[in-house]
Order: sequence, then C-alpha cells, then structure tokens
Amino acid sequence: MKLLIKNGHLIDPAGKENTGMNVLIEEGLVKAWLRPDETVPEDAEVFDAGGLLIAPGFIDLHVHLREPGQEHKETIATGCAAAVAGGWTSVCPMPNTKPINDNAAITRYMIEQADHAGFANVFPIGAITKSSDGEQLAEMGEMKAAGAVAVSDDGRPVPSAGIMRRAMEYARDFDLPVIDHCEDRSLSSGGVMHEGEMSLLLGLKGMPALAEEIDAVRDILLAKETGAHIHIAHVSTKGTVEAVRRAKSEGLRVTCEATPHHFSLNDRAVEGYDTNTKMAPPLRSEEHREAVLEGIKDGTIDAIATDHAPHHEDEKALEYDAAPFGITGLESALGLSFQHLVNTGLIGLERLVEMCSSNPARIFALEGRGTLVPGSHADVTILDPGLSWTFDSTESKSKNSPFFGLEFVGGPVATIVGGRIVFRRRAFTAERAS
Amino acid sequence: MEKPFHRRDLLGIRGLSAEEIIGILDTAENFREISAREIKKVPTLRGKTIINLFFEASTRTRTSFELAAKRLSADAVNISVSTSSVSKGETLIDTALTLDAMSPDCIVVRHSSAGVPHQLAKISKAAVVNAGDGTNEHPTQALLDAMTIREHKKEFAGLKVAILGDILHSRVARSNIHLLTKLGATVKVAGPKTLVPRSFEGLVDEGLTVSEHLDEAIVDADVVMILRIQKERQDSAFFPTLSEYAVHYGLTQERLELAKKDAIVLHPGPMNRGIEIASDVADSARSQILDQVKYGVAVRMAVLYLATGGR
Repeated sequence: MKLLIKNGHLIDPAGKENTGMNVLIEEGLVKAWLRPDETVPEDAEVFDAGGLLIAPGFIDLHVHLREPGQEHKETIATGCAAAVAGGWTSVCPMPNTKPINDNAAITRYMIEQADHAGFANVFPIGAITKSSDGEQLAEMGEMKAAGAVAVSDDGRPVPSAGIMRRAMEYARDFDLPVIDHCEDRSLSSGGVMHEGEMSLLLGLKGMPALAEEIDAVRDILLAKETGAHIHIAHVSTKGTVEAVRRAKSEGLRVTCEATPHHFSLNDRAVEGYDTNTKMAPPLRSEEHREAVLEGIKDGTIDAIATDHAPHHEDEKALEYDAAPFGITGLESALGLSFQHLVNTGLIGLERLVEMCSSNPARIFALEGRGTLVPGSHADVTILDPGLSWTFDSTESKSKNSPFFGLEFVGGPVATIVGGRIVFRRRAFTAERAS
Repeated sequence: MEKPFHRRDLLGIRGLSAEEIIGILDTAENFREISAREIKKVPTLRGKTIINLFFEASTRTRTSFELAAKRLSADAVNISVSTSSVSKGETLIDTALTLDAMSPDCIVVRHSSAGVPHQLAKISKAAVVNAGDGTNEHPTQALLDAMTIREHKKEFAGLKVAILGDILHSRVARSNIHLLTKLGATVKVAGPKTLVPRSFEGLVDEGLTVSEHLDEAIVDADVVMILRIQKERQDSAFFPTLSEYAVHYGLTQERLELAKKDAIVLHPGPMNRGIEIASDVADSARSQILDQVKYGVAVRMAVLYLATGGR
C-alpha cells in the first residue's frame, strides 16, 4: 500500500530539511522524498497537504494511560486515540499503573494493547524500583528486552540518594535513560500548589520550588558521578532550568522536558479552587513560567511532553486538598504550543517540530523515529499553523483539563502512524472538501 | 436597609471592600441589643432555612451561628461530619446538590480544606457563608474581632495591631490581616519563624510587617491578638516543646507592658492557658475575650440577615 503526501511543506530537523516536498510512503516506511517537479507514482493514495506542514510523527515522552488497573480513567485504546487526535504518533506511558509496570509481563501487555487498539505507538517506561517503593531495583534488563525505553518512578521519586545512585549505575548497563520527577517530599509533602504569594492568599499548603530544585541538583550530581543519562521530567522552576543549563554546559548527559501547562499558566489560575489546576509539579509563579519559556527559547529544554494524567470526574469533584494531582494534555498540547511559543514569536516552527519529534526520539533512542528520512517509520504529524479551532471535545475517557473551551490558532489536522491515516480533523476535512 | 455587601455569599474578607466591611459591622450593631432582651427573638428571618454544615468539629462557632439564626426566627439545622455522607464516599458536589435540593436559603460551612465554601458557592443556589475553611479564612471571626476593637478604639485608621503565634496555619490571622489593613490599621505579626514566615508580608499590599521578635510587634500596640497554638505542630517540628513555647512566645503581663496603656487583648479561643496566654492576662481587665464571644452572635445575625437578603 502506497500513500503520497503531496504539496506540503516538510520540516525534518534530523534530516536537515525545511522545504516543499512530496513524501512517498510504502509498507509502513518512508520510501522517498520527491521534489515538487519529480514524477510521482500513479498507484498511490494521495493526501493533499497543500498549505500544510509535514513533520516527523510527534513523540510524547510523558503520559499516563492508566491501564492496567484504572480503566475508569483511561485505557490504552482511549489514551492512544486521544494521542493521535492531538497530533502525537507515539506516547511513552509512565509505570504507575496498577500493578506498577515493574516487570516484563506488564511492559509487554501495554505494547500488545496498543497494537490491538491500532492508533499510536506505545513505548512503555519501566519502574526504577519494585512497586516504585524506592527500595529494590526493578528488572530493568527484562523490561528493556520487552520493549521499555526508559525507567522512572515518576510521581514517587526515589527518596534515597544511595538507591538512586545504584539505579543510575545499573540503568547504564542497559543504556536506559533514568527519568526524574524531581520532588523532595520532605519539603513538599501535604502541599497542593506552588508555595508563594498565591498559596498564602488562598490558604492552601504550598510546594516550594526548592523541593524540585534540591532533587534536580542531587540527581545531576549523581549523573555526573555515574555517567548515566538522566532526563528531568516536567521542569517547572527557574532553579531547575538553571541547573540543567549548567549541567549541559559541563557536558553531562542531562536532558529535560517541559509541559504545555507549565509554560501556559501560572499559579494565579488556582484562584477559585478549580481542582483542574492541581498537578505535580504545581503551576508556578510567573517568574518561573518565564524561566521555562526562556529555557525553551535557548534550547535548555529539549522536549515538550504533556504529562497527560486522566482522572475521573468524580475524583476531581472533591476539596482542593483531596483531589488527585494531574490534568489531561494530549489534545490541548499543540494548541497551547502554537499560542504561547510559535504565535508569540518565541520560537519558530522548526524548533517546535524539533522539540516534539527529533529530540524526543534522540532522548529515548527510538530508532527510525523522529525523522522522515527514507527508511524511517512512516509516522507523520500534519499541522496547519493557520487553523482556527476550539478545544471542546476529547477522545480521552477523562475531561480533567483547565483548557476546555479555549480557542487556538494552529494545530494538528492529520496523524499518520505506520503509513496509516489514524486521525483526520473533521471540521478540517469538511472545510477543504467544500 | 441597603445591602452593604453586594453579594449574598460571604466567602472571605479578602474579596470585600472597606465600605462593605463597615456595612456589616453597622448592621451587627443594630442586632446587638436583641441578645440583651429578655425575649431574645425577632421575626426578621421567619420562614428562612439555614443549614450549618460542619465538616470539622466546632462548638463555639456552630453554637454562635445556631443562636444567631434562632434569634432571628430562622429554622436552623445542624449537620456535622459524623452524620454526613462524606464519610460514605459522597463527593463534595453531591453533598452540595443534595442539600440544595432541600431549598435552604443559606448554607453555613466549615471545612478543614481551604476553598470548600468557594466550591460550594459555585454550584449552590443558597447563599454560602464561610465559617472557617482550612488555613484560608474565617471571616465572621475577623468581623467579631473588628466589632470588639471598634467598641474600644472607635476608629481603625492608624491603629496598631499585633497578631502573635501560629500565623502560618491561622485562618483567623489571615481574615484579620485583610480586614484590619483594608480599614487602615497597621498589623505586625510575630512568633516562631517556623510559624511566621517572612513571605507572609506578601499577603497584602501594605500595612503588614513581619516582626523579628515578639516584643518588637507588641511595642506601642493598641490591640494584641494572640492565637491558639495547635499541639500537633510540635510533632511536625515547628517548635520543640510547649513549655519552651510558653516561655519564648507566650503573652505574659510583662510582655504586655510594652503595649499602650489602654491596649486590649483578644484571643479567638479556645485558650491554652499558660501556653500562648498567661492566665492573669486572660483574666485581666484588658482581656476582651468574652466580649468577642458576645459580639460573635451579633455579627453572625448580621451576616445571615444580609446573606439571605432579608430586609
């Protein structure tokens, strides 16, 4: 089966291309790039990408798909449907399922469920420690063999520096990046929002920026010592951005990501006690949000990741203190990225594509992804930078997002995974047909 | 009588203007004498239903609200956490909708989590009055404190107020700081640095200082407000022992000498005698602690009256 993406503008940072180009796909792989004047095969299905941007399939390094164990919040099938609707061709689910993904059987199960659903690729992240209890190492080698691409205890960060050191040493044996949710719980425990002026005004217990920064600095020192590759998840503070910038200038193997909510909102959004503004790390004050934007601009922040964290409506319909942390993010991420990064002139389209495709593929060493050079997997994200749309529906099982109802300019219009068109924006299709 | 605050809910002092605060206090003054009558009841709120929804144990606040409602002839129902459905897993939203379906005119709510009254107010048709939410606000306490202060000092502008003790966890302190600074008083707070963070000055734009030492806050004060210390703070390493607290941060006669000669002493109760306040201070002529309780009923009558749109 052949698919020709015609008349589009190709941006492929890893393939060093940014030009008008037709892309020919065959048997799930990119077959060739054809210049507009080159002849195209007549037997291929054609996707007319006139006026659109063709990018290597976007890869979200940080999602929660809730399966197995919490299928009332999300399943791998619904999560992957939300992913492709948001322009993501691959997602990397965190191991905090029930039970925890700390062994090969669960890793394999997650990949099988994704294959069965047939939307996005799923590259699971295994646990660092058994049951993510911070004590004994999980079977990283077995999980890698089953398809895991990194390890993390995510929201239950390893408290002991000693165990973290061992984990980094051991992960190096398998070339697995260690993903770090930086939070020193002795400083943040009981907190529900950023500690600062707003937490004072709202009478909510704060989580200081320091709790993230102390852990980030600790683990950067451990990475220096062990030579491990650490990837700092959802950087949210000025101090963490600075620590990563310093580490990179020293040549350490430190990468990091930022979420759309941390670069879009500050802690003023908590006013009114909407529990869809509660997540960890929390929405920070404006000074920190600006530091994250600066990190995105100067390249300190490598990737945009959503930390898509679905929760059932009933679970969020609680007191602010009692509601669970996390918001959904897959389908609002690109709208927010256009709004706050591209349309403001902070970064160009090529940098956006890099942060969502080539960089994530490099960070998790995903062979043949994050680029569309011939021979690569035919995962493609097609964007319309001029598309006006409203975020008012979702494929996810959960609706816990503070962004519902927002209008955006710029977003995904079609998603291709393994050469198959798995998502096409309905309004867009109608508009172009007329 | 004009409505002195332009909304039916009373969620906190933070959202009120100085005029609205004075309006509530003036209304409370009108209700004061009812509690001094032999027949302590007027028909003002006859036919109105008020639900006291208390998710957190409270004797004095709940009783005060209940008496306020009854003296205005409203039907008052008390629901406490032990008998509510919340312990059975009902969501906050469901609880609110269930109560709302019974058409109350006003829900008075206390909860250990900040923001619960705000969340209820968004979905409830009834007026919502905050009777204390977590460490956020306790507006009727600040209003009754203000009424007590006004009784003795007449004006708020230029008044020096010291608030001492566990500021960090105190909804009473927050509401009082908002109220007093809005009315032109200057407030100094002091206590152990673990419980009085420097960052607290960010709470209001002006009029609030975090003092280095207790004595610094008390010097020349017109009003000294001492807060209750929660014994469980000791376990969370905010201070070592209650006895050390009493010596270094308790209000004694000796410390009180630093204040103005006519300074008054307030405490939101219940008191830990011999810990945050020495018994001789609590029982002295300067202490207005029982007057605070008395004015509490008048303030809550005013708040219920205004919240239910009575006239």
